[in-house]
Amino acid sequence: MSTTDTYNVLVRELRPMTRDPFSLIFSLLQPLIFLGLFGPLLVASSDQPVGETLQSFVPGILVMIALFGTGTTGSNLLYEMQTGSHERTLVAPISRSSLLVGRALKEMVPIIVQALVIALVTIPFGFTVNPLGLALGLVLLAVFGLGFGALSYSLALASRNHDWMFWGIQQATLFPLMILSGMLLPLEDGPQWMQVAAAFNPISYIVAAERALLSGDLASMSVVWGFVAAIVLAAIGLSVGIRGMKRAA
Amino acid sequence: MTNDTIITARGLTKRFTVKKSVVDAVTDLDLEVRRGELVAFLGPNGAGKSTSLRMLTTLLPPTSGTATVVGHDIAKEPAAVRKRIGYIGQGTSGGHNQRVRDEMLSQGAFYGMTRKAAASRADELLVSLELEPLATRGIMGLSGGQKRRLDIALGLIHSPELLFLDEPSTGLDPQSRANLWQHILQLRREHGTTIFLTTHFLEEADLFAERVLVMDHGRMIADDTAGNLKSTVAGDVITLGFASEADARSAWGRLGEASAGSALEGSTIRLVVDRGDLLLPRLLREVDAVTSATLRQPTLDDVFLALTGRSLREDSADVSTSPATEGANA
Repeated sequence: MSTTDTYNVLVRELRPMTRDPFSLIFSLLQPLIFLGLFGPLLVASSDQPVGETLQSFVPGILVMIALFGTGTTGSNLLYEMQTGSHERTLVAPISRSSLLVGRALKEMVPIIVQALVIALVTIPFGFTVNPLGLALGLVLLAVFGLGFGALSYSLALASRNHDWMFWGIQQATLFPLMILSGMLLPLEDGPQWMQVAAAFNPISYIVAAERALLSGDLASMSVVWGFVAAIVLAAIGLSVGIRGMKRAA
Repeated sequence: MTNDTIITARGLTKRFTVKKSVVDAVTDLDLEVRRGELVAFLGPNGAGKSTSLRMLTTLLPPTSGTATVVGHDIAKEPAAVRKRIGYIGQGTSGGHNQRVRDEMLSQGAFYGMTRKAAASRADELLVSLELEPLATRGIMGLSGGQKRRLDIALGLIHSPELLFLDEPSTGLDPQSRANLWQHILQLRREHGTTIFLTTHFLEEADLFAERVLVMDHGRMIADDTAGNLKSTVAGDVITLGFASEADARSAWGRLGEASAGSALEGSTIRLVVDRGDLLLPRLLREVDAVTSATLRQPTLDDVFLALTGRSLREDSADVSTSPATEGANA
């Protein structure tokens, strides 16, 4: 892998975003809908004060942004493989691994911007945030997004000859991963098997770590486990993705 | 290999396994292209043209055989080959969510150009390919012809000495096609760029290529100038019409020994000859009772017909016969 190549790929991937920053805000529609339509229900059904509920709900929404934003990102590569622009980059003298790493690194940027916007927007509604915790929380989300984005690219590479497979697997995994992470509703009251499934879901640890970080509980063990989960996921995502990119070329 | 040779291939072979059946996409391709030549691979869809090109451009590793492109082995030094060649594939090179000039700058950076060099080269190409007004437009919104011009600009950003084009005019209207060729020919005139392209358009190979390599079923079956191919492989066809079958028969008798492919068909006679343009006036003077006469000089389709027994025109419409060979690696 070459740093220059990776940087050049990253710059190319960031260009559409810098040209049209509004697209970042527009893709916040889904988390905003969850905040606006699901949030009040959660507040109403809970005995806790609003601030308390938001304290566990908002970090979940931030992870949701990262999960859905990066889970679908492989579709861009899939489309470029179908049109021919990916082939163009394969004939250029750039390393295969840079083609993947540059793309995966790009995922960090929209996550940080979007998560920051959502966190700030919810403060007037009673969400309190620890600034250092927020900064660390954004780093955690970025690492998670890097890994999950790399997995989405891997899926795109694996399904390059049948794009239905990409969408099928993506649909079949995103929602279970979301629900079984306790992102929206706590799983403590759920059946035993759900709690077991959640224990195997790396996103559970990210959600728990975000909740601890944003509440200012920086020394919590769940923060450590969150970072471990994100780093392991990133390592797996990148190695699978790089291998996929080399094989597909 | 002499200094003048820019592409050499020896026994280049590609075999795919598609759903447990083996497809010989390219078999034993031997090839030599000299610096500055304009060479066309001609053949029906699925003949192995694109697969050959993909091997030469390092996109696809050969099953066996070797090739040297711009002085470097395609298998051992793919990076060195990539640095020196330009490639314009069948699809759209520009990313759908990118802007025209941005994509050119990215492409320049990929080829190791400095920001400044890439920017000035991009601006130069924007002008020469008439893309200037579209510089900040999104690629998704461009017309087919505009996208193709951008493909060329991207392929030329690093001024390669050798340019590969895979079916460059597919999907273009006649005007855009003419425009495309104008650019390709200008490139050769001004920079002496070697151009290697694949096409299933007969007219294109005939008009522009200095050398035509005919491919069918993964094998190269002819390699010559279009003119030589036409005169040696196909020949001119003279068709003489008569008022009655009896007239035709008696003229057929007088013509004596007919060449291969010549035939008496009812009240018409078909002759396959060399230099029909010289023979026709003489025939009209010497043969009685001719009521109509046509001379058809051969096209590359006749060459293909003579070589394979099939017409390229019928074949090129029939994409479905062997999708595996050209599409398996897409």
